[in-house]
Amino acid sequence: MTSDSDTSNNGNKEARELLRRPPSAIYRWLGDRIFAVVVVVLGMSIIALAAAMAYVLYDEGSLSLWQFGFWDFIRGTTWDPAVQLVFGALPFLFGTVVTSVAALLISFFPAIAVAIFTAEYAPRWLASIIDNLIQLIAAVPSVVIGIWGIFVLAPWMRDHVYMPIFTWAETSYPALLPILGNPMGYGMATATIVLSLMIVPYTTALTKDAIKSVPVEQREASRALGATKWEVIRMAVLPYARGGILAGAILSLGRAIGETMAVAMLIGNKNTLPFSIFGAGATMPSVIVNEFREAVESLHLSSLMAIGFTLFIIALVVNLAAAYMTRKFSIKGGQVV
Amino acid sequence: MMNLIQSITSKVPSLPLFATSESRQASGAAEAGTSTGISGTSGTPGKEKAGKQLRMETRDLTVRYGSTVGVKNVSLPIYDNQVLALIGPSGCGKTTYLRALNRMHDLTRGASVTGSVLLDGKNIYDSEVNPVIIRRRIGMVFQKPTPFPTMSIYDNVVAGLKLVGIRKRSVLDVVCERALKQAALFDEVKDRLKSPGSSLSGGQQQRLSIARALAVGPEVLLMDEPTSSLDPQSTSRIEDLIHELKNQVTIVIVTHNMQQAARVSDNTAFFYVGDLIEYGPTSTLFTKPKETRTEEYITGRFG
Repeated sequence: MTSDSDTSNNGNKEARELLRRPPSAIYRWLGDRIFAVVVVVLGMSIIALAAAMAYVLYDEGSLSLWQFGFWDFIRGTTWDPAVQLVFGALPFLFGTVVTSVAALLISFFPAIAVAIFTAEYAPRWLASIIDNLIQLIAAVPSVVIGIWGIFVLAPWMRDHVYMPIFTWAETSYPALLPILGNPMGYGMATATIVLSLMIVPYTTALTKDAIKSVPVEQREASRALGATKWEVIRMAVLPYARGGILAGAILSLGRAIGETMAVAMLIGNKNTLPFSIFGAGATMPSVIVNEFREAVESLHLSSLMAIGFTLFIIALVVNLAAAYMTRKFSIKGGQVV
Repeated sequence: MMNLIQSITSKVPSLPLFATSESRQASGAAEAGTSTGISGTSGTPGKEKAGKQLRMETRDLTVRYGSTVGVKNVSLPIYDNQVLALIGPSGCGKTTYLRALNRMHDLTRGASVTGSVLLDGKNIYDSEVNPVIIRRRIGMVFQKPTPFPTMSIYDNVVAGLKLVGIRKRSVLDVVCERALKQAALFDEVKDRLKSPGSSLSGGQQQRLSIARALAVGPEVLLMDEPTSSLDPQSTSRIEDLIHELKNQVTIVIVTHNMQQAARVSDNTAFFYVGDLIEYGPTSTLFTKPKETRTEEYITGRFG
């Protein structure tokens, strides 16, 4: 007993002495500095990297941008790398915007429904299965989805959707035919459908995070007023989560804009406007991946780089918009900020 | 106009709540009370004893979370137009008990409730009883103020009415004003009903939450530590409010603060580790507790 208390007294004394001892100069001064330098350098290098990427894209694309002018370059409808050597990016800009926005519109509500189902309705085991499947979709390489699109989805859509609509239009509304376009299966519609499948995981995951972050007090408050499950979601959950949901939608749009391989494999790759619904088209990433190997003319290569630069700008704008939306519509600590 | 409201709320078999000149006067009195700084006037336990009527009752109420027992075999009477305070140390089951009174446990995964909770003699856990209706008859105010942050003050108050499909502006206006007056908030917000509910101070937000609960005309109001996140001044306003409200509604309040229990309640129940240890008129329980554990708790020896 005595020896026990002696030991513990000694231990306490030792601890006290160590605690009162001033830290060594190396630990106090150098260690702190080294850590700060490492963190600052690594942190700043991200900014440097982004700036360097933008600069390289601009620099490589400047030949084309100076020759045509930035606005005329993105407004130009002719993309002719073979004969005239005239490059205008409007067909690709148009294809990118149309496929991405359409993909977002198609996938938005189903994705939100999936998020609400897994967050609020599904039993845990089912929710975790669905979550994992959705993550799996996000993890499948885009080229694999492209292959599936080429061999399964596109022929199926052609036989069961595009052709019936096309033949119906042929007999009933021939005026629609130019808008519908050639129902060969590889074109804007198929690319849009595949894109919408590919962005569902992002919208769903971000929406689910937003729903999960709604405080339980908000749900209970509406429950206590006699709200049913759906009314709780409508009254308390979705309004509270709106910032996160909007940000998720915009970031998904960003994914759709940048998606390359699957789109390039399925969109049919046609470089001239007008595009039609079923017919072939192209997007900014798809034209880059299709043409960079054959771009022997420096103006051609420079034009592809200029498209890359434009994509970079668009991605920047989309991300800023997402950040702005999140800030504007988020609710922090019960306050609309 | 009053008839109109009564006819609407009669969907919910309801009563005296719906404001009449009496309650207007009452809330006027509450404002006068606070403005002169009178607060925490002592309760009047036992005053209404002669006419006291059973409004709710629990019989052998047991709540389990999975295999853990939250409260066990609690039988308590809840009298009409009186305030019942539930006290006890953290984790004693008082909130668990409170939440069983309007079926909030229905929402908790793994929670199960046995025994019965009678409202006007009828078990609210019977299979044919709709919990949504029960929650309109037995309202609830939470620990933290919970205004819906995207809604205006006005929309917050009438949120419960909109749920049942009442859209008529004239009706909503009248109910909104009545509920805000009952919650002693009307004068402070009457000029900015359209501003967001979250723009109010903490104490005002809590009174807004009370107004929202009162708007649907509950017969019983459950309050789960309604002042624990408020400053002393807001706390005393809410306590005054409880005094006024008990003329119109039966109140069950969970509180950590024994002085608060002594000030606002007519009856007090002391919980300890899931058991109801002692129940009685507040004056008796705080002055002559029968159980040693009660005595130890209220004299601050544990908890």
